[in-house]
Amino acid sequence: MATDAVDSVTTNTKKQMIHKGIAAGFPIMLGYLPIAITYGVLAKQAGMSLTELTLMSVMVFAGASQFMGVNMIAVGAGALEIMIATFVLNFRHFVMSLSFMNRMRGIGLRWKLPLSLGLTDETFAVSALHPDEAKEEKGSWFYLALILTAYFSWIAGSFLGGVLGEVIPDQLSQSMGIALYAMFIGLLVPSVKKEWKVAIIAILAMLINGLCVELGMSSGWAIVLGTIIGGMSGIFLMKEEER
Amino acid sequence: MILFILLGMAIVTMIPRMIPAFIVDKLQFRDWVNRWLNAIPYAALGALIFPGIMTIKPDQPHIGLIGGLVAIGLAYIGLNVILVVFGAIATVFLLTF
Repeated sequence: MATDAVDSVTTNTKKQMIHKGIAAGFPIMLGYLPIAITYGVLAKQAGMSLTELTLMSVMVFAGASQFMGVNMIAVGAGALEIMIATFVLNFRHFVMSLSFMNRMRGIGLRWKLPLSLGLTDETFAVSALHPDEAKEEKGSWFYLALILTAYFSWIAGSFLGGVLGEVIPDQLSQSMGIALYAMFIGLLVPSVKKEWKVAIIAILAMLINGLCVELGMSSGWAIVLGTIIGGMSGIFLMKEEER
Repeated sequence: MILFILLGMAIVTMIPRMIPAFIVDKLQFRDWVNRWLNAIPYAALGALIFPGIMTIKPDQPHIGLIGGLVAIGLAYIGLNVILVVFGAIATVFLLTF
């Protein structure tokens, strides 16, 4: 009897965490679907097979670098060249992962490792702004559900794009290009309302990123530098946290 | 050949994502490093939003900016992220109609 009650309480929190994770991942799904479909269409036009283009989404799961990879494959770039470009473009996830994993210290490696593999700009942004779940019991399920929601929408969208070709009218897909940016804004603004210093950190990062792009740096390095140097202002601006 | 490229892309993407999972347990960061790392999400959001938002219609950067301003307004009045996203999509749709 007593153990039954305990069991049902833990399954309840697990279920709740999964539900919360899917709900938190839903905006990412909205943003990913049109972009993944576009990726599928382009990859198909570039001559990749349906299996190859879907497999790329399964294996790489990093939007910008997949668009770049498809382009480079299409123009016949060398394998090493493509790998180096992918590494540079995706290196920003190292910085994001370091920040996220630092929050997840209490959680075992068998959770941290699979979660780290699912880190994209979008899953990181949403996860990082839900830091409290990391301290809660069964909180790992929240992050797992969030990441899988994003992951499967990305794969499904890529596949759909490859199958259907250009089904979405141009104007609509162009309008949907703003979806992920709007999501980032929708995540940032509430934090700014709570703590105005957050705005300084974000604006500094924007300006540094913009400056690096102006100086002719690749967008991968520009985002890395904007994030690291902009984040440095947090050393002076962020409050000490209770641990 | 494409399979080899896919595998390479997957590996160079996975490694930077994974390394922090292994090292955070072995390192004890000083407070200032923790404050830095805790600021990373906000800095990353900033860098991801701008100047990229101006490229959604590359020949007309103001369209992305107006969509962004609408998103800021909707988020500021406390709307859910999903509504913010829909609001911005609708704005860009109407501007390019």
